[in-house]
Amino acid sequence: MSARFTTRQVGDVTVIDAVGRITLGEGSSLLRDTVRNLIAAGNKKLLLNLSEVSYIDSSGVGELVYSYTTVTGQQGQFKLLGLTKRVHDLLQITKLYTVFEVHDDETQAVRSFS
Amino acid sequence: MIGTTDSLLASNLESVDSAEALVVDAAAALGLDEDARMDLGLAIREAMVNAVAHGNQYSPDKQVRLILERRADAVKVTIIDQGEGFDLNRVPDPTQGENLMRESGRGLLLMQAFVDEFSVKRTASGGAEVVLVKYAS
Repeated sequence: MSARFTTRQVGDVTVIDAVGRITLGEGSSLLRDTVRNLIAAGNKKLLLNLSEVSYIDSSGVGELVYSYTTVTGQQGQFKLLGLTKRVHDLLQITKLYTVFEVHDDETQAVRSFS
Repeated sequence: MIGTTDSLLASNLESVDSAEALVVDAAAALGLDEDARMDLGLAIREAMVNAVAHGNQYSPDKQVRLILERRADAVKVTIIDQGEGFDLNRVPDPTQGENLMRESGRGLLLMQAFVDEFSVKRTASGGAEVVLVKYAS
């Protein structure tokens, strides 16, 4: 199953609900386009919900890094929500777990944005 | 089910998907559990992307050879491209310093993390040969 990204607004935070696999090709480019469009529209508080993402490859990890650097470069905030064990392990292996702010609970995650 | 499959694949992303599916199916037939199959699938995916994109640079004139060995206790996969090969010791560590925030360069790290045995060498004709082994238990 390839990836699908839908966005919704919770207060001034934009939640991106991701579903499927974020891998080289359609999945990773869709995430890039989604983040780019949100930033262009002035949304700078982004919460990426990965709870329905079964699988990310190194290209998908690269897109998480792109999203983080792009949003923070625009003085925005980019955070992650609901990591599956597989995605959690992937971020540990790549040592990116300490780079991203990761939340398990959406309400708390939304509140954490300043 | 024990045996070897030797395939030549085009240098495109469809080959990455088909190689992953072929190996994961073989792993399932040998009784690898779901986590082990996903680990192996990810490692194959990374190796195939390396071969297709970095080795063969998506050239329609170059192919990737995939040798799948189904053993009693393991799956062994050899992936050979027609690129220029690379020296593993010269690949930057993606977990260190400024490399940490690069958008690429993590494929080899993930291959090594998700299989039980990993090796890479330059073939006599110059391409890269990556060997990945995953045991059933």
